[in-house]
Amino acid sequence: MKVLVAVKRVVDYNVKVRAKADGSDVDLNNVKMAINPFCEIAVEEAVRLKEAGVASEVVVVSVGEKSCQEQIRTALALGADRGIQVETEGAVEPLVVAKLLKGVVEKEQPQLVILGKQSIDGDNNQTGQMLGALANMAQGTFASEVKVDGDAVSVTREVDGGLQTVKLKLPAIVTTDLRLNEPRYASLPNIMKAKKKQLDVFSPADLGVEVKSHLTQLRVEPPAERQAGIKVASVDELVDKLKNEAKVI
Amino acid sequence: MSTLVIAEHDNSTLNGATLNAVTAAQALGADIDILVAGADCAAVGEQAAAVAGVNKVLVADNAAYGHQLAENLALLIAEVGAAYDNVVAPATTNGKNTMPRVAALLDVAQISDILSVESADTFKRPIYAGNVIATVQSADAKKVITVRTTAFDPAAPEGGSASIEAVSSAHDAGISEFVGEELAKSDRPELTAASVVISGGRGMQNGENFKLLDGIADKLGAAIGASRAAVDAGFVPNDMQVGQTGKIVAPDLYIAVGISGAIQHLAGMKDSKVIVAINKDEDAPIFQVADYGLVADLFEALPELEGKL
Ligand SMILES: Cc1cc2nc3c(=O)[nH]c(=O)nc-3n(C[C@H](O)[C@H](O)[C@H](O)COP(=O)(O)OP(=O)(O)OC[C@H]3O[C@@H](n4cnc5c(N)ncnc54)[C@H](O)[C@@H]3O)c2cc1C
Repeated sequence: MKVLVAVKRVVDYNVKVRAKADGSDVDLNNVKMAINPFCEIAVEEAVRLKEAGVASEVVVVSVGEKSCQEQIRTALALGADRGIQVETEGAVEPLVVAKLLKGVVEKEQPQLVILGKQSIDGDNNQTGQMLGALANMAQGTFASEVKVDGDAVSVTREVDGGLQTVKLKLPAIVTTDLRLNEPRYASLPNIMKAKKKQLDVFSPADLGVEVKSHLTQLRVEPPAERQAGIKVASVDELVDKLKNEAKVI
Repeated sequence: MSTLVIAEHDNSTLNGATLNAVTAAQALGADIDILVAGADCAAVGEQAAAVAGVNKVLVADNAAYGHQLAENLALLIAEVGAAYDNVVAPATTNGKNTMPRVAALLDVAQISDILSVESADTFKRPIYAGNVIATVQSADAKKVITVRTTAFDPAAPEGGSASIEAVSSAHDAGISEFVGEELAKSDRPELTAASVVISGGRGMQNGENFKLLDGIADKLGAAIGASRAAVDAGFVPNDMQVGQTGKIVAPDLYIAVGISGAIQHLAGMKDSKVIVAINKDEDAPIFQVADYGLVADLFEALPELEGKL
């Protein structure tokens, strides 16, 4: 069984991103970039499926500028077998990413596509589901457990009320939640090996997709600042403030 | 102009998140219909018809919709939604699961997690864990929107008298099936709707110690939440996680206990009216957003707090 994993290059999760003073965009000058944490979990899950003998090949794909090859190499170092970059310019909306991924799905014919449930830049939480609709595949989103069983996959999902398990016909889509697994660190020899793994580059035109924009970002701004608070010296003072100043209890 | 709101429910009760979505829909300035898709869900249709400001309630009652499977529901919503200018759902896990599929079927963008409606095509939404608020304009004729429920007051659940119509379309994609669920049972208010939330983090040390929060929650009528670290460590179940990737809460009072205040946690609670932090590390970032910070060992502070409430 072939597994396709989609990864995105994003700002490292430790960086507190700010809006530029003129509100034109976010300030990403000299910030550290990394593989989106949920995508890293997706790669780990695919590699584990391979190690368990369930998957025969793990192909990793990223849509983005040339720099995203760095994240593809990271995924290859974690154990993916080969990479595909779909070369685009600037920000690409989830619907377009889903169309491009559908093009890759048609070429590669994977049985399972694993994506992160959201990327920590746009926080959209859309791409996997959109790909599901376009490719007419079932989806197990926000997965905390994935079990492949013959021509189906059981996915346990983190939902508002607790956990839900669904059974999906293959080929299917899985989007990862935080507790699906804990990704490994790439070893130095594996990082070296990853440099030699195959990485193909396609253009959107190769995949027959027109890159279109549906949404325009008009401006960005910081969220409302909270008034600086105070430190209270004791539980008594805390209770007093909550009762008499904030009046919330 | 017309807007279709997708009801969040469990086949017997209309979930309050729907009411927040109705308010967001009202801001779009169009007539509002509600779609209730489920199995044996007539009671939900009646509750939806009572919501103030709703024109018509469409009830699609079919076994294929009983567990809100996205593959089936998206086909239905895309079909029914074709006649509307806007399709709106609360950004619950159901909304997040289904609506992008609907948007893709309709070949339009989804605008996720909106905080405000600036005009019929322009919205504010959080990006980068809420550290930045973006204003986005949609060029699509039809808008598919999910709503951050904490950003909109609930519409009145009573006072409306919408008509109820049955929708007969049965869509069973036949590619997914529901196997089972483990739903948390609690007598406490729902996390996202509670007016007081008390959350524990890694500092709680284990699940047993979360009992220290119970007495306080009882006295304040609070819901209990947690940080990701507390959930990952297995102290408490996943449905209690507050944050960028968990639940978004904005109660009148949020009490963070043994939580450091990582940006991903703040993303889920920093719009609370009053924030209290109890942490033994005076430099913990949580104090930067707290209105009242108590530097203390939680194992001493919590029993004392419970006693004094
Ligand atoms: C992609 C991604 C998504 C994430 N999403 C979320 C999310 O949705 N929600 C979330 O919460 N996190 C999320 N995180 C994790 C986040 O980055 C932090 O790791 C997490 O919030 C830390 O939890 P914590 O504050 O409980 O633990 P810690 O950071 O370990 O803090 C524990 C705190 O407890 C205090 N403490 C310890 N003992 C005591 C005591 N006896 N008395 C008083 N204080 C004590 C310590 O001083 C410390 O400040 C996410 C991370 C990533 C990468």
